[in-house]
Order: sequence, then structure tokens, then C-alpha cells
Amino acid sequence: MIVNDSKTLLAVRGLRANVNGIEILKGMELTVKAGEVHAIMGPNGSGKSTFAKVLAGHPAYEVTGGSVEFGGADLMTLAPEARARAGLFLGFQYPIEIPGVANSQFLRLAYNTVLTQRGQEELDPLEFDDFVREKMKLLEMNPDFLSRSVTEGFSGGEKKRNEILQMALLDPRLAILDETDSGLDIDALRVVAGGVNQLSRPDNAVVLVTHYQRLLNYIVPDYVHVMDAGRIVKTGGKELALELETRGYEWESHPVATSPAPASA
Amino acid sequence: MSTALQNLVNQPYKHGFVTDIESDVAAKGLSTDTIRMISAKKQEPEWLLEFRLKAYEHWLTMEEPRWPNVHYPKIDFQAISYYSAPKPKKLASMDEVDPELLRTFEKLGVPMNERAKLAGVAVDVIFDSVSVATTYKQKLADVGVIFCSISEAVREHPELVRQYMGSVVPAGDNYYAALNSAVFTDGSFCFIPKGVKCPMELSTYFRINTEESGQFERTLIIAEDGASVSYLEGCTAPKFDTNQLHAAVVELVALNDADIKYSTVQNWYAGDENGKGGIYNFVTKRGLCKGVNSRISWTQVETGSAITWKYPSCVLRGENSTGEFYSVALTNHHQQADTGTKMIHIGKGTRSRIISKGISAGVSNNSYRGLVRIAPTAAGARNFSQCDSLLIGDQCGAHTFPYIQVGNPTAKVEHEASTSKIGEDQLFYFAQRGIGAEEAVSLIINGFCKEVFQQLPMEFAVEATQLLGLKLEGSVG
Repeated sequence: MIVNDSKTLLAVRGLRANVNGIEILKGMELTVKAGEVHAIMGPNGSGKSTFAKVLAGHPAYEVTGGSVEFGGADLMTLAPEARARAGLFLGFQYPIEIPGVANSQFLRLAYNTVLTQRGQEELDPLEFDDFVREKMKLLEMNPDFLSRSVTEGFSGGEKKRNEILQMALLDPRLAILDETDSGLDIDALRVVAGGVNQLSRPDNAVVLVTHYQRLLNYIVPDYVHVMDAGRIVKTGGKELALELETRGYEWESHPVATSPAPASA
Repeated sequence: MSTALQNLVNQPYKHGFVTDIESDVAAKGLSTDTIRMISAKKQEPEWLLEFRLKAYEHWLTMEEPRWPNVHYPKIDFQAISYYSAPKPKKLASMDEVDPELLRTFEKLGVPMNERAKLAGVAVDVIFDSVSVATTYKQKLADVGVIFCSISEAVREHPELVRQYMGSVVPAGDNYYAALNSAVFTDGSFCFIPKGVKCPMELSTYFRINTEESGQFERTLIIAEDGASVSYLEGCTAPKFDTNQLHAAVVELVALNDADIKYSTVQNWYAGDENGKGGIYNFVTKRGLCKGVNSRISWTQVETGSAITWKYPSCVLRGENSTGEFYSVALTNHHQQADTGTKMIHIGKGTRSRIISKGISAGVSNNSYRGLVRIAPTAAGARNFSQCDSLLIGDQCGAHTFPYIQVGNPTAKVEHEASTSKIGEDQLFYFAQRGIGAEEAVSLIINGFCKEVFQQLPMEFAVEATQLLGLKLEGSVG
């Protein structure tokens, strides 16, 4: 929801980034305030996922220009784990498999780093077990997930639910969900979207990176941005997503505006 | 490789101190005179001297094996001292042990005094070539277990030593076994009589102290009908620029329904980050499941040595006997490891299980080499092998050389293998959940090694976990 006078969580200004010497982000602009839901759409290769990874600090990307403020701090000077502890969450498009490491162990370790960050006591395995089982109900997840290795052998839908479970545990200030809808059947999509909606509050924000409009039937965005060739070329309300759905990205690659539109108002 | 990873794998060696103790060191060089000298120093019977001399003659006709996937300059066997003993060396109780030596053990974290008693561990410590202290001998003696140095066993129980020594690893078995048979200086002897379950874990700590001294210890463990024992071996060595040779022989004999579990945590000095110095660990370990329903289980955690060449094996002769091999081998920097096992199925219904986990970091090379042989007599034999490799960074190598020879159509042999890598993406995933690289690597490695660590006795499992952590953790930059 758009809340007047709410605090700016994320301010991206003129962000440029390379991978293997090739410039992918060419002057990204985005402002996200507390309470808002943003959707970034765009064709394949427009730089959506790169943008998500650069914000989270993936080491393969080199930031060459611009600035990113997150909660008033200079995000680009922080190590990836410090960004996470500061409340920035990335839901991965392709969650990584970690054979031999029990999901419960991984989730508890992640959750305890958050507790430590907040100056609270860590949970022991038994306390954590009770806590995580509650959260899993939200996502209609089978408790078997806890004893399995992290995402190893998970189906596409299970992997994405596991990502949202982590979001629920870590309670981030800003969640960037990278193509969370890809590979989901309609039931899984409903569950995952329901989870995200329940976690939305006036003091946090969500950025959805998606290729299709479909997800936006379930999570209604306040702003829709269209990304092309490394920057945002159009910004509108939720109706922009529908327009894109019917007219395709081709329509957008001959935009009316010649300069990048300002990010959200 | 990212800097975080680089820092993680570049942890200095903790046990690289030299103990300043007056040692009785033989002049360098190897000849029949050297062998006679060793035998005389140890006041050995004539048959043992002959055993040594025969082995030496055989060794002279042999050539160093060149088939392992390891590379090193030719060893000058005349440049090694074959005998080194701390003096004084007549020790009736712990009070007589050189305090300097005890401090060494403290530094090593050897649980010898109170800790040993609390943990219920009997430790037989081999310091260079002479066994200096044995604890708990009395308690073991009460149930008839003999646990002493091999030199003492030669004096006190010559008939047992004579019957079994060389019965599993013959003196001429291979180049290094022959060398060991000629010049072995000490080691451990363990005998569990019929029907006795050894009341505690038996533990030996080996340590090489003198520069340019080889360590050639010899271990012999015999479990009679229905007996069982769990034996732990831990190894460390100080830092020297030169390479030290370690060529041990371990023989296990399990009679009917006997059970021997042999665990090793090996942390020899691996050389510096440029590959200078470190131990050459050329070891022959073999167990004979001689009786029906007997079982021999090897567990090893290999983290040190410049070069490891080692294949703890089981000869499954008794019907329905079982051989097991659980291994974690970690190599970093310029370390090279060619390790694995041999499971020789001879008896009917014999079973074997191989779980091998290789971890390579730096520019190291880690090879698994394993033989599963099913003899024509081994009807209904079964083997399951699993060889997993984990790569850290992109400069190291992992290799698997499985040899399978099946001579009986009713046998069932399974082999599974996997290779995975701790890469940027995995560490990034952890980092994105607030977990630093150090903790992430430790979690991944422990997960990877879980099946092997579960086989170790409790205290050693903790030690092994910490050891791998030490080898790979460091300040994250």
C-alpha cells in the first residue's frame, strides 16, 4: 500500500554494474518506501535478475557507478552477509542445493544470526523447531522439509516455498523476490503469494521481479516498472502490468518517453 | 578463487613445534649394519633379526611404486636416520616421563593424564621410535587384554608376535612394507583374547620429532574368537623444511565373530603453502577377516601429509565376514593424496562397504583409488561403494580410480560417485541469509563428511570436526 510520509527504504540512483566486463545495469533508478509493493517486469536479458543480485551483493558483479541507500546506509559498502543482517532479503530464482546440510540446521543458523543482530537470545534446536513449524503452516509445507538437505531434490514449487519460509523467518525490511513465480503451478503460486501477502506490513516492502503478469493477480503491486536494456523505461500502476500482458514488451521497446522515467513518485 | 575462500583454506599448522629433548639418534644410512644395530638396541631374538634381514634383501630387489597419482623427487634412503629415541628411556611410571615430553603432549592435546582417565582412554604414545608411556595397562590386563609397545610384545609375548607378524602384510608385500619390515623401530601391539570385549577405547598417538628421521612403526592387533576392540590412532609432526618419511605397517587379524574397529585422525605436517617440507606418508594397512562372521572397519580422517599413499584394506576370507572403509581425505595447498581401499572377497557371503569423501582445496590433488575383487569362491558376496568429491575453489583436482574385478556371477557390486563444488554461488546463498563464509564452509564440510564422522568414537568425532575446521577456517577478509 502507498502510505503518505512513509520512510524511504531503498533509494537507487544511476546504478551501473558489469559482469565479465559487460555492462548490464546502465543507470537504474528506483525508490521504495515502507509499506509499498513494487513489481519490476521486462523481457529476458533486460537486467532484472542482475539488479536483484547486485543489490544483495553477488561477488560476480562489479558495480561501476551510481549509489544505493538502504535504510539510510550506503548499501554498496556492506558485505553480502551484512546486507542480509541489515534486513535485505533476496528470494532466489534458483535456490542453491547444499547436500548434507539439513534444512532445519540451515534455517536455524540463519534465524539465529537475525536474533543476534537484534540483540536477542538465540533459539536452541527444540525451541526453533516449534517456531519454524508454526511458520511452515502458513505455507502449507510438510514438516519433512526440515530433515531434508537444503533444497536437494526439492521440486520447483518446494524450493520457492522454502524461500518464502526463509523470508517469513528472517522478517526482512525489504524482500526482493526474483522470479518467485517461475516454475510454480497455480496452487503453489496461490500459496506462495498468500505467504507474501501475509508478511506485508506498513513497515516493510517487497520488490517482485517477474516476467509474467500472472503473479500480480495474487500480489497486487503499488507500482509496476518496466525494465529494458539495463534501466527502467516506464513506471505505472498495476494496470501497466495488464497492458503489458495484452500488448507485449515489444510495445514497450518503442516507448513514448525517451529518457528513463523517474522511479516511483 | 575469491579472497574469502582463499583465507579460509590458508590456516597455519598448529602442531609445528620441535621438542628439545636429548635424543639417541643413529647415524644416517641404511645397511645390514643399521638393521643389526636396531635389532641389538632392542635386544631382539634371532628370528626377528632374520625377519628384518630377509625383508631388507627383498627390498633391495624392489622398485618404488610409480603408479600412484602423486609426484615427488626421488627419496634418498641413505639420507635418513633409522633410529631415534629420547633418552633417558627407562620408564616405570608417568612420573619418570620427561616433563618436556609431557608438555609436548599437552600442546598436542593428547588426553593422557586426568583427561585420559576421565575419558576412559588408554594411550600408548609413540614418540619417534620408542614407546614411552602406556596407561591403563593394569585395567586391561585384568580382562586379559594385552596393549603394549611392539618391542615389549616381542619380549613378553614372542609367540604371539611371531605367529601373526607378517601374516597379513608379508615382509615383501610392497616396497614400503618391505622397508618397514626391515627397519621398524616401534609401534603398538594389541591382543584381545577369546570372548573379551575390550572395556575401553585403545588409543595411540604417533608423533615425528627429529628432523630427517623416518618413522617406521608397526602395529599388530589380534582379536580372537568373539572378541572386539576399537582402536584409535592420531598423528602429528613438527614443521621442518625437509620432507620426512613415514612408512608404517598395520596388521589386523579378526578370528571367528571378532570385531575390530580402527580409526585414524591423521594430521601430519603437510608442508607450507608453497609445498616445501611435510611428511611423506606411505603406509600399508591391512586387515584379515580370518574367521566366520568377523568384521573389520577402517575409519580414517586424513588431513595432513605432503603426500599420502595409503589403502587400508580388508581381506575377507571368513564366510559372511564384513569389511568397511570410511574415509575423509582433505588436501590443501600442494598436498597430494592417493588413498582408498581394497576389499578382497574370498569367503562366501562376504560383504563390504566403502564410503569415501575427498575434499580438495588450493592447488592440491586428491585421488580415490579402490579395488573391489570378488574371487570365484565368494558366492553371494556384496559390495557397495560411494565416492564423493568436494572441490573448494577452481585450482584443485579430484580423481577417482575404481577397480572392480568380479569372478563370481552371484556377487552384487554397486558403485556410486559424485562431485560437488563449494563455489561462489553456494557461499553467496549463505551470505544472503546472514551466514558468513567461514561458518558456511564448516557447515557444508561437516554435512559432506557426516556419514564418516558418525563412525568415529565420540571424542574423535569432535576432534575431527575441529581439525577440518582448523584446516579450512581462518580470518575471513
